[in-house]
Amino acid sequence: MNRLEELFTRKKSNVLNVFCTAGFPQLNSTWEVMKALQDNGADIIELGMPYSDPLADGPVIQASNTKALQNGMTMQLLFEQLRDFRKEIYVPVILMGNINPVLQFGFENFCKQAASLPVDGIILPDLPEYEFENEYGAIIKRYGLDFIFLITPETSEERIKKLDTLSTGFLYVVSSSSTTGNKKDFTEVEKYLQRLQNMQLKNSLIVGFGIKDKSTFQSACKYANGAVIGTAYIKALENATDIQSATKAFLSSIIN
Amino acid sequence: MVQTIIPNNKGTYKQPNIFGYYGNFGGAYIPEMLHRNVEELRDNYLKIMYDEAFQKEFQNLLHDYAGRPTPLFFAERLSNQFNTKIYLKREDLNHTGAHKINNAIGQVLLALRLGKKRIIAETGAGQHGVATATVCALKGLECIVYMGVKDMERQQPNVARMRMLGAEVRPATSGSQTLKDATNEAIRDWINNPNDTHYVIGSVVGPHPYPDMVARFQSVISEEIKKQLKEKTGSELPNYVMACVGGGSNAAGAFYHFLDDLSVQLVAVEAAGCGINSGMSAATTQLGKPGVLHGSKSLVMQTADGQVVEPHSISAGLDYPGIGPLHAHLYESGRAKFLSATDKEAVEAAFNLTKMEGIIPALESSHALAALNQMRFKKDDVVVICLSGRGDKDMSTYMKYMNEL
Ligand SMILES: Cc1ncc(COP(=O)(O)O)c(C=O)c1O
Repeated sequence: MNRLEELFTRKKSNVLNVFCTAGFPQLNSTWEVMKALQDNGADIIELGMPYSDPLADGPVIQASNTKALQNGMTMQLLFEQLRDFRKEIYVPVILMGNINPVLQFGFENFCKQAASLPVDGIILPDLPEYEFENEYGAIIKRYGLDFIFLITPETSEERIKKLDTLSTGFLYVVSSSSTTGNKKDFTEVEKYLQRLQNMQLKNSLIVGFGIKDKSTFQSACKYANGAVIGTAYIKALENATDIQSATKAFLSSIIN
Repeated sequence: MVQTIIPNNKGTYKQPNIFGYYGNFGGAYIPEMLHRNVEELRDNYLKIMYDEAFQKEFQNLLHDYAGRPTPLFFAERLSNQFNTKIYLKREDLNHTGAHKINNAIGQVLLALRLGKKRIIAETGAGQHGVATATVCALKGLECIVYMGVKDMERQQPNVARMRMLGAEVRPATSGSQTLKDATNEAIRDWINNPNDTHYVIGSVVGPHPYPDMVARFQSVISEEIKKQLKEKTGSELPNYVMACVGGGSNAAGAFYHFLDDLSVQLVAVEAAGCGINSGMSAATTQLGKPGVLHGSKSLVMQTADGQVVEPHSISAGLDYPGIGPLHAHLYESGRAKFLSATDKEAVEAAFNLTKMEGIIPALESSHALAALNQMRFKKDDVVVICLSGRGDKDMSTYMKYMNEL
């Protein structure tokens, strides 16, 4: 059983996934951020691989990408930073990013390195399902990595079923059609989540986009297995002098 | 008119396969948030475009509103200068001053048939923004145009025109603050407005079906060239067709009906900026590698780490780190020859055309003219150059050079 399966077998609700851009706020803070997240209650860590042109992200996460790149973050460096991280980090870790840097690194090489660390899964929102089925899915499987697909309120029922079949690890439920960090009316989101709950999907559901505090986290968790927080945590780190205490304060405001 | 779609092939020059590939380039690398919109477009664009009523309205507007057909002008003094026969396809004489209006009319009519109420666009030189704002004014549609802050400064007349036309111009402040960043912002807008909005992409870039759709709307350029050449020379085939390439829409339009006529040498001219190896260039085929930008796989200027490089060109319309997948395929297959012209060469070519023919060209189009110097023509060769736009928007740049040249 891999780490994600183990997690969702053990914990079926209120799973807290926290996103942070690798190399942010400082070039070498990646490990410290992960440690702080794990120590203070994050169940999954999603590490963003910074990109110059992150299309699906709002201004806060974009700015963290720019900062990380200015700090000197690269894919190669990320893998070096993560070497031996399993000595301290036992929660599932997912790499998330845009397809282009992964293609330049070499898709297979990327999977190989990711699996050797090991991280548990990858999310590449701009790798479409057709390309996945045609070419990349087989490579991902060969290295035993989970590949997590996104669905949105605009995704048809038929397509949700298809993406649920292809997705392993969990299904990433984008709460509203928006770039990250955009606020939308949460009652609409609840209706959508209820609809999903009734579909009896194979994967656990993790809700993302627009989860920013205790109340949105709890609402999301009413109908899903958990939620991802990204923008709000990046904001908390932006002004932090001490990563440990900022993370502790932020996470306790969500789960306590 | 709708061509049959053959699955599992590699596409032809004129038509990508069902997944949007021209050879190794194309596709639709989009996040799920855009899937429904792009799918809706993909499933409907050919049906709508080749519907009789649509064609009638489109052709009428091209004729009565844009002013088509645009002339094919035999440039006698320029021909003498280069010792060959040069014809200029006068896209600069279109309403709003560039070829961009062909695509803007097409896409806005298409958006109306899809029931969209709100139009967004990106723009570099401002010509595509002006064209889109113009057609939106004509049809009473809300229009928002994203434009890099740097481009807003260097193409001020077009910013004013868009505003007078009732469009909202939203500055793109990230990255290099040029076309790439304006495109990012437009895509983000589309993600946030998934129901009522159509994104009018201004070139043959973006996820499938955009490259194919825009190429088809622009193909009127080569359709007319064929007819006009036949009348003027007795043959519809020239020896050369030359065009500048930013994303590649005027080139795609000028090449389109010649793609399968292998005797016609196609020449695409990119912006070398301060020189290919100066670190300040936008010559994508020379500096780029295969990658994914703005939803399709193509050639992309990028670092070894896959970060998109900020390009440079004096011309805002060519200041883009990618090219459309059709052009990447034309480059890789050798079907088209790719040249480049520097900022300085382009400005000199603009002054030369003005002096020889009394036509002030857009900075973008001047790159195609500048490449004449790199060609070896025979006296009887027929060379068609796509004069994609007029230079009104570039007067402040030209004035700066007036005293230097
Ligand atoms: C006059 C003119 N020519 C050419 C271009 C470049 O675009 P494309 O390569 O799509 O024709 C532009 C873009 O703004 C333009 O305004």
